[in-house]
Formats: sequence, C-alpha cells, structure tokens
Amino acid sequence: MSAPATIEEVERRLRERRYIGDRSLATSIFLALKLQKPLFIEGEAGVGKTEAAKVMADVLGARLIRLQCYEGIDLAHAVYEWNYPRQLLHIRLMGEGPNSQTDRRAAEREIFSSEFLLRRPLLDAIDNDDATPPVLLIDEIDRSDEEFEAFLLELLSDFQVSIPEIGTIKAKQVPFVVITSNRTREVHDALKRRCLYHWIDYPDLDKEVEIVRARAPEAADGLAREVAALVQGLRGMDLYKVPGVAETLDWARSIAALGATSIDASLVSATMGAALKYQEDLERVREQVPALVEKAQRA
Amino acid sequence: MPEAAAAPDLLPRLGAFARLLHDAGLEAGPRRLTDATRALAFIDLKREDDFRNSLRSVFVSRKEDIPIFEAAFDIFWAPPDPRASAGVIPGRSRALPMSPERAKAWANALGLNRSQMQREQEPKEFPASSSGYSAEELLRHKDFEQMTWAETEQVRRLLEQAPWRVAERRTRRLRPSRAGRIDLRRSARHAIRSSGELMTLFRRKPRVRRRPLVLISDVSGSMERYSRLLMIFAHAIARREDLEAFVFSTRLTRITRLLRHRDLDRALESVSKGVHDFSGGTRIGDALGDFNRKWARRVLGHGAVVIIVSDGWDRGDPAHLTAELIHLRRSAHRLIWLNPLLGSEGYEPLTRGMAAALPHCDDFLAAHNVAALEDFGRLLASLDSRKDSLPRLAGKVTRGEAAGRMGT
Repeated sequence: MSAPATIEEVERRLRERRYIGDRSLATSIFLALKLQKPLFIEGEAGVGKTEAAKVMADVLGARLIRLQCYEGIDLAHAVYEWNYPRQLLHIRLMGEGPNSQTDRRAAEREIFSSEFLLRRPLLDAIDNDDATPPVLLIDEIDRSDEEFEAFLLELLSDFQVSIPEIGTIKAKQVPFVVITSNRTREVHDALKRRCLYHWIDYPDLDKEVEIVRARAPEAADGLAREVAALVQGLRGMDLYKVPGVAETLDWARSIAALGATSIDASLVSATMGAALKYQEDLERVREQVPALVEKAQRA
Repeated sequence: MPEAAAAPDLLPRLGAFARLLHDAGLEAGPRRLTDATRALAFIDLKREDDFRNSLRSVFVSRKEDIPIFEAAFDIFWAPPDPRASAGVIPGRSRALPMSPERAKAWANALGLNRSQMQREQEPKEFPASSSGYSAEELLRHKDFEQMTWAETEQVRRLLEQAPWRVAERRTRRLRPSRAGRIDLRRSARHAIRSSGELMTLFRRKPRVRRRPLVLISDVSGSMERYSRLLMIFAHAIARREDLEAFVFSTRLTRITRLLRHRDLDRALESVSKGVHDFSGGTRIGDALGDFNRKWARRVLGHGAVVIIVSDGWDRGDPAHLTAELIHLRRSAHRLIWLNPLLGSEGYEPLTRGMAAALPHCDDFLAAHNVAALEDFGRLLASLDSRKDSLPRLAGKVTRGEAAGRMGT
C-alpha cells in the first residue's frame, strides 16, 4: 500500500481501521512519515498510544516490529545476542577443534556469522528487506533506564548498529518509528528532540462514544453512550487511577457480555472493576453509583 | 525551497516565532526550525488547525509545554485585530512565562500592550535579618528558627560539604564481577579459544545505583522560619543526588526544575517566583493526595525514598491525611518524616496531623538544626536495600508500627 499523500488520507485510513483519532494525531503521523522522523506519543495509560502504532502498520501495509521496554532492558534483549549454546555445540562438532592460528580464525568467523545471530527487534527493524519499511514500535520507553535511552538516541540518529564481530549494519530503508511513554518518568530531552511529539488526551464524550461503537460493536448504541458518559463522570472524580479509553471498552464489553443494553446501579456496581483498579477508588465510587448512573443516562 | 516560494514572508516570521518560543522557555533551536520549515512544505497553509498542529508536534516535547505553545501561537499568529490591543480576544490575553524585560520587548515588536505578554508575578523574598556569627559546632546545634542571615549562609556551606550519600539499590542491569550469575556471553566467547570447552566461567551481578529521593516540604505559615533553610537543604541535595522536590502549603508545587540552577541564590529566586503560596495555610492531606494522584506514578519508580518535611500543623481532616499516607507509603521504598519541632524541649507529637501521621511513617526525625540534618543524612546513607530490615535509630525517634506495611 502506498504511503498516504495527505492528512485527510491518514485520517480516512485510520478511521477505516476503526481507530478514532483527531486531526492533530493524523497531522503528526503524516509529518513523521514525510519528514522520516520518529513519532513520540505520550499520554495517560489506556488512551490508545500503542494501538495507534499497530494501526499505522496496517495503514502502511508494513510489518509491525514491537519492542516492549522494561527496567534493565539491554542490547542483548533489544538488538542482538549470539546463540551461545549453538555456538558451543558447533565447536564441539568441528571435532578436535582448531589448533593452528588460521584454523582458529576461520572457526571464529564461522561461529560469529549471521547463522548464529539472534536478531532482536531493533536489529530486525534496521536490517530489513521488506517491500515497505516496517513500523518499529518502542513501547513504554519510560520503563527503560537512562543507559538504554542513550543507546536509542544513537540508534535513532543514524539508524545503524555495529556488531563487533560482523561490522556495521546500516538501514537500507528507515523504519517508521513510534515511541510511546506513559510518563512514569521524564524521558530525556535529547531523545525527544529527535522526534515529533504528540500528546494524546482523553477523548471528549462524543468521540469516546464513537470509539466504543467502533471498537466494541457488541455494545448497543445506547449502552455505548451510557458507559462513555459514566467514564467521563469518573474522570472528573478525585481518583488514584483514572480510567482510560481501554477501560471504557472493557467495561462496555463486560456489560454487553451480560446481555444488558442499558445500565442500572446494580449492574454498574457489579462490573466497575473493569474500569477501576484500586480498592480505594472502588470504595469512593461505590457510594456515588446511583448519582453517576443517573447523570450518565441524561448525557 | 518550495514553501518559501508559496509564502515568501513565512520563513522570517517562523524564525521570529521560534525566538518567541525560545524566550518562553521552549527548546526551539535551529534543528527544530528546520524541521518546522520542512513540515510546512507538506501541509495546506490555509488550514489554521493543520498549521498549528504541525508546529506543535515540532516545537513541543512535553505536555507541560503545550499551554505555553498555544498561548505563544495565539499571540504570534492571530490576525491583526483592533480589539486585540484592548485585550478582549481570549486567546490573546493568555500570558507567557518570561522576564518582564523580554515580555516588554516582544509586546513592542508585536504591537501589543504589555499586560498581554506578561504573567502577573510578585517576586517574593525570603525573610532576612541582621548579621551575626557563631562557631561551627555551635552553629550545628543552633535552631534554624533563631538563625541570622549570615548564619544560614554558613549552614549552606556545611550542608554542601556534608559527606553522606544516599544508599544504593540493586538495578536490573548486570556488570562483570567475581561472584554472581554466569555470564554466558563472555564465557562462551572465551571458550572458543579452548575448542568449545568452558574452561573459565565468567560471572556478573546486578549493578547498584543510588536511590532517587523525593522531598515534599511544607512551606506554610507555621513553617515559615524554616522554609529558607529547607530550600537550601533541598538545593544542596539536588546538586548531587537524584532529587524530585515539591513544596506545599495550600497546594502542591513541583520545584525540581526550579532548583536546577547551580547558583543557590538564582535557584531560590526561581523557587520563590514559581511558588505562589509560601506561608499560606496547610492542608497536608490534600497536598499528599495531589502528590499521590498526579506525581507518584511518575517519580516513585526505582525504589524512591520519600521525605516529608512538616511540623504537622494541619487544618484538614486527619482521616484524610492518614489515608493518603498509607497509600504513599505503599508506593515508596521508605517514608521519612522530618519535623523541625521535634527538636524543641518537651515536644510531643500532639498536633492532630502529626498524631495521625506517626503510625504510618518508617522514620520520624528532627530537622531543626544542622546536627539533626546530618543525622538524617546518615540515615539516608545507611538505608538497607531490604525494606523490612530497618536499622535502629538513635535519639528521640518514634518508629512507626509495622501495620499496613508491605514487604519487599
């Protein structure tokens, strides 16, 4: 599939894939593609950051390569690793083993060839022969540590990786990079500077209704609106963890799975674990369920 | 360039806009200006929303900067309108955080009146008093409340030279070591020289790193006499440790970035400009609740140690304070409460706030003089990596009960 030529086309293609984003997100994606810059997406948990990258891969007809970050992630997990058991086995199978200097060199070359290389997501994204450049999703970068960020900074500026035993591998085609962050910590400015930035906010009521209809079609239209309104109400409350759009969808699906087409207080009380993940929050909301339901039904 | 042909006066205006953003505190260097120029070549310049969105995605790189960008955009790109100079267009009445001189210069350049550019700011000074002198040891034990300006200057030197560092925690990263887990990568590499025989096993173990500190200081009226010293203290820590700092009286303000000036006086000045409720009333529960909801997830990673500095005079509901403390303690590696009043003779933690807080803190220490802060420093340096093996603390320290504590 060809790359979208206008912002409208990005919007249309996202919508076709049931991703309801606003025009500013479409603009950021469009520019990231045109300028060949990574797109840094921040937002609260569950507003559809990862989903945006996944849908983009589909929009572009490209392969999605995902790197989930975590504390302590290092090159061996992110870029490449040698397959040691196979290497050792291979040496054993070579018989008595290399004894002269030249034999040893040859053996080493053989063992450190791409056959024994375990390609991790970043190497995969750089060293690709895909017809369309892949989409590289670096998910939740805020979970990694500064060392990894520094490495990423280097990688994103020249899209090349050097493996001492093999040499430098440079990207034949630059992947479309999407980096997401939940802001559990501040990512270094130097890294953000290389990227275009987009903040995804919680959607307003109408947009959220649209999202529920698109992503949870099993929920009846009236129910979609009620659940969206309910969550909008919860977001206005003083909670430890405010529900995101992912929670709205879970909630709508849960209620729909119970066969209901409309909400009432007992149904909401029974299923609100889909949206609220802290005991304190559940307690706080429980007393106000009737009022919240009434308000949601009027919305 | 095609975009220059399309709108010949756009480039210089874009340059001026980048300077405005720069003066308002955003990063708007040549690289970003180039990106912006390139970006505009791909969009329809007649659509204001696309134009705005494009510039935002290029020039902004954190959420906090979005309102500043929007205000600058409104001020700079709004069409000339006679009502604007009267300040009635809502977008144009928003203010930008910049020095009065800069704001004036921009207002002149853009043909606005000054109030449209400037944020209302009344610079506050910390109270100063006449000079005096004490010997170092005397100074160490002198209550901050009774100190003169010159003495606080010396305290600052003492604090900056204090030898303690924050205790370390194990990270998930590994480094070569004699003992520990086997490092297959190095071992295998070595084995190739010996025909695939694993002759030597190399090992590696987790790297250690100092724990991040989170300081939440009370700067309300009752703490006024201690505020300056606390800020000096915070600045001294911030210079060498990983510190997130907050102050509160009626509301919570993050001052981490404000403390970053190397120069203490400039740091203090930016703190006093950035914090609007120095010496107000206290609602500790509200402030901690605010912290729990807005900041805890962002700054309490990596086994952070949380330090609350307050005298516990709270106008809020003690039950509320208790609930927030319990929550906070569960997300922190260690919760330490420093109380300047603890140093006074015969002090009992009888204020409602303090009584509510005590059972939920890991440590309760004095903070009224340098010696007390040094004790606190030693505690920080001795924090064990395990939460449940607390070292005994010397002096008049009431340890919290184990109830409600989570194991590591």
